[in-house]
Amino acid sequence: MGQQFDAAKIGMWLFLVTEVLLFGGLFVGYGIMHARHPEAFLAAHHHLDKTMGAINTVVLLISSFTMVLAVWAAQTSKRNLCILFLLITLLCAGVFMGVKYNEYSHKFHEGLLPGKYYSHQGDTVPGQFMFFSFYFMMTGLHGIHVLLGMIVIAWILFRTIRGDFSSEYYSPVDITGLYWHLVDLIWIYVFPLMYLIS
Amino acid sequence: MNWFQNWMLPKAAATHAGDVDGLYMFIVYLTIFFFFFNGALIFYAARKWKRRSDKEVTPHITHDTRLELIWSIIPLIVVMLIFFWGFKGYVKAWVAPNDSIEIVVTGKKWVWQFEYPDGTRTLNDLHVPLNKPVKLVMNSEDVIHSFYVPGFRLKRDVIPGRYTEMWFTATEPGVQQVFCAEYCGKGHSDMLARIFVDTPEQYEVFLREGDEQVRKMPLKDLGKLVYENKGCATCHSLDGTKGQGPTWKGIWGNVHKGTDGKDYPVDANYIRQSILMPQAMVVQGYEPIMPTFQGLLREREILGVVEYIKSLQ
Amino acid sequence: MAEALTTHGNANAAEHADYLDYPKGLLSWLTTVDHKRIGLMYMWSVMFFFFVGGMFALLIRIELLSPKHTIMTAEVYNRVFTLHGAIMTFLVIIPAIPAALGNFALPLLIGAKDVAFPRLNLTSLYVYWAGAVMAVVVLVMGGVDTGWTFYTPYSTTTGGGVTLMVMAAFVLGFSSIFTGVNFIATIHKLRAPGMGWFELPLFAWGMYSTALIQILATPVLGITLLLLVMERVLGVGIFDPQLGGDPVLFQHFFWFYSHPAVYIMILPAMAVISEVIPTFSKKTIFGYKAIAFSSVAIALLGFLVWAHHMFVAGMSLFAGAIFSFLTFFIAIPSAIKVFNWIATMWRGSISLDAPMQYAISFLLIFTIGGLTGLFLAALSTDVHLHDTYFVVSHFHYVMAGSNLIALLAGIHYWWPKMFGRMYNETLASIGCVLVFLGFNATFLPQFVLGSRGMPRRYYNYLPEFQSLHVASTIGSWLLAAGLFLILAYLLASLRKPKTAVANPWGGRTLEWEAMSPPTMHNFDGQPVLKHGPMTIAPTAPWWAWKKRHTERGRDLRDVSNEYSDTYH
Repeated sequence: MGQQFDAAKIGMWLFLVTEVLLFGGLFVGYGIMHARHPEAFLAAHHHLDKTMGAINTVVLLISSFTMVLAVWAAQTSKRNLCILFLLITLLCAGVFMGVKYNEYSHKFHEGLLPGKYYSHQGDTVPGQFMFFSFYFMMTGLHGIHVLLGMIVIAWILFRTIRGDFSSEYYSPVDITGLYWHLVDLIWIYVFPLMYLIS
Repeated sequence: MNWFQNWMLPKAAATHAGDVDGLYMFIVYLTIFFFFFNGALIFYAARKWKRRSDKEVTPHITHDTRLELIWSIIPLIVVMLIFFWGFKGYVKAWVAPNDSIEIVVTGKKWVWQFEYPDGTRTLNDLHVPLNKPVKLVMNSEDVIHSFYVPGFRLKRDVIPGRYTEMWFTATEPGVQQVFCAEYCGKGHSDMLARIFVDTPEQYEVFLREGDEQVRKMPLKDLGKLVYENKGCATCHSLDGTKGQGPTWKGIWGNVHKGTDGKDYPVDANYIRQSILMPQAMVVQGYEPIMPTFQGLLREREILGVVEYIKSLQ
Repeated sequence: MAEALTTHGNANAAEHADYLDYPKGLLSWLTTVDHKRIGLMYMWSVMFFFFVGGMFALLIRIELLSPKHTIMTAEVYNRVFTLHGAIMTFLVIIPAIPAALGNFALPLLIGAKDVAFPRLNLTSLYVYWAGAVMAVVVLVMGGVDTGWTFYTPYSTTTGGGVTLMVMAAFVLGFSSIFTGVNFIATIHKLRAPGMGWFELPLFAWGMYSTALIQILATPVLGITLLLLVMERVLGVGIFDPQLGGDPVLFQHFFWFYSHPAVYIMILPAMAVISEVIPTFSKKTIFGYKAIAFSSVAIALLGFLVWAHHMFVAGMSLFAGAIFSFLTFFIAIPSAIKVFNWIATMWRGSISLDAPMQYAISFLLIFTIGGLTGLFLAALSTDVHLHDTYFVVSHFHYVMAGSNLIALLAGIHYWWPKMFGRMYNETLASIGCVLVFLGFNATFLPQFVLGSRGMPRRYYNYLPEFQSLHVASTIGSWLLAAGLFLILAYLLASLRKPKTAVANPWGGRTLEWEAMSPPTMHNFDGQPVLKHGPMTIAPTAPWWAWKKRHTERGRDLRDVSNEYSDTYH
């Protein structure tokens, strides 16, 4: 079992590497286009709501912390605690998606849409649509990861309630935790890059 | 072995092509040598140590650091030599001399357009003087193309939204084939052009009278070409609508009223004067904004415009 | 071990039946998590798409028989070469050796029961099929005409099923990542007891290096392709010069994956050869560590040289110099490998069985493929040769010739292990010669075409190029004949009884300790490694034994049992 657990962990780490590279490609593209159109990106980022972004950052950080606690609880066979922490993690993820939904609907309303659908009126600096192309691609891809994470956490929660995990066997909780930290980490890079351009 | 090189490569026709050919042939011989060298080693081994009995015992050799170093270091030296050789040739073909003739190349599906310093434009035929540096400043209107002249050993991508450059000094009079080397769709393989490397006299004739295509073109068609290529279309319409300048439709034989109040019949002299000295007479209701085309149009092209206007009834 | 034949009706049939026979039924294959079965299904799938891609290749060659229209229009031609490239790259060459041979052989070679994540392995196969189905849908819908490299802005402006084709490549990338993750975890965790890193068979080192590239490069391709789809669907502008984007940026992104991907195609080939040559030379591989490290070196250097595809795309002099310089360093580990393979044959006991013939054929073809890379790494010659038939020929020598012939070497080497049967060796020799001659006849003329200035992806061409094109086309028929012959005798062999012994070639790696074909769990118990990578005491190769002991009318099974009794 120990060998299997190790293998699963190696597999997860390798998967995380691929995820980092996937987002890395987007970050590089964003960086290059930012360098080419600094004014447009600066002007466009004022349309983002820093407070919402900050709330989401805090919420995700809390969820990462409760995920750590959930892994610890699983490791020490504290089933009820584990259920509680997983629930809080799920709740935080839900809040994150709620805030995201709110932000998106605002943007849609104002015509701040990606690419050729951009229809915002009264721009003083041209080329702002590209910022929103990246905004939607990056937060969208991240959002998909949050959603997938929620599904996996829900499944882990179900298995915890069923009593599958103990100090003997908790690797699914552990590797789900690893994944969740990555999702959190990516947001920690997205937030300053998009919301806090100076 | 000259036939071998002549078979592999088109005739070198630019100053730096010889250097490229030297390196090319060096690597060709290197490849041939190592192919036969390795082949010989393999067949020697396979014959000499052919398995004769299943009980054969072979020596247990794991490695030989000295040998392995030899066949790491020798290739390293060879490839570094090739690197510097190739780099040298690349640098030579990099910065154009200051006195080069600058020609603007525009690639679009699926033609090459050339614009000379005097404003002359040609399609798919480029005239350059022999033994003079020529610099091409290239841009694409649609997708990526690539301007490839095998005889010059030169190629450079032609990219929308940015300028790329290449330069050469042609050393062989005659015609060089140009290909588009970057896949650009249906007409990719027909996106060909020719470079006419002219002697000084031929080049003079070209500058004065245009290329052969223009010299043989009917006057009316030439006038249409001028209309499309020299910017006439920006101000003068062909359908009677009023632009920055008067339309060309149906004006032949009519009378234009000048700002000075006089009447001017539209005839060959009138058109000629309007092209070369546009401010001498301005039609009523228009601003005196037309630039002079003195020195920008050849005599035959002016006649072409006259014929073209005549045809627009 | 003495039992080479299947044991139906035995009390614990499941334990001792070979993996081909038990469990039975199509459903058991489709739901299997056995690495051997998954490997075989990959192999048949790859062979099928190789056939499809090969047909497109033959059509291209026939069209090029004459300088103008021969059998198809320019639009059709552009679709045909695009599909040839896309199918061969994403559906054939990338999965060929790692997913087919690697899945089958890697666990056996390191003495494991299976890969680390058997279910992920099956998922990878299904994802591959999903991607393949998407590609087939594109094909049926009329194809795409972008070239397999999808260069912008052409790919963002042209019509057709580009989006679906790009998504197919994206999906196939996942399949490749899953395989890579699986192999790395397998090699780290499931090696037989006693097998340290430097007792790993070299095949495993090759697979490890390949997996590294699959994991590090494929996600970048994924995001590039996603950006391309976004560009087409939403017009995000990143690659569109009219919207402030940069079309050349796509090339940087694309080659950052696709150049390392070239090594996804060649490292596994080298891995196979590193197994075949020692076995048939009856010697330890010469310079084990040099070969192992050079694989890793090629994998890592491969990430630093992507821009050598773009020397004429308007990069700075300095960048050009750096990328050219780094590219030359790939030549060194490649040269080391070739000389080490030849040195392995030195003073050996060389038996020229079919796999060894293919391996020698590989050595010769790879020598040409590798050395012609020097023309393209050097800046001044690359300016002349870039995007001509020279490049086409060079990458076919490496990606098609070397990879394909190594795949054939591997298939011939492990065929008795896969199916417990032997193919006709005379026909195998003829097939090998036909493929070698046909391949060179097809692609040698293309070097000359390229250096004389014939650009690639040309439908019409100047009449002066015709004779070389005709030579190349005739070569392609020879090559096709060889490949069909190989397919025929391999399929024919499946009708024979399973008479192969455990160790037909006298190989000394662990897979030869398993039965032919192996049982579901590969080994009886856990094999333990005692004497380095060459673990099994050398035996007389079965085929030589068979020739001596098979008198007329004697049942092959008796000979087989007698052989096993003698040597085990």
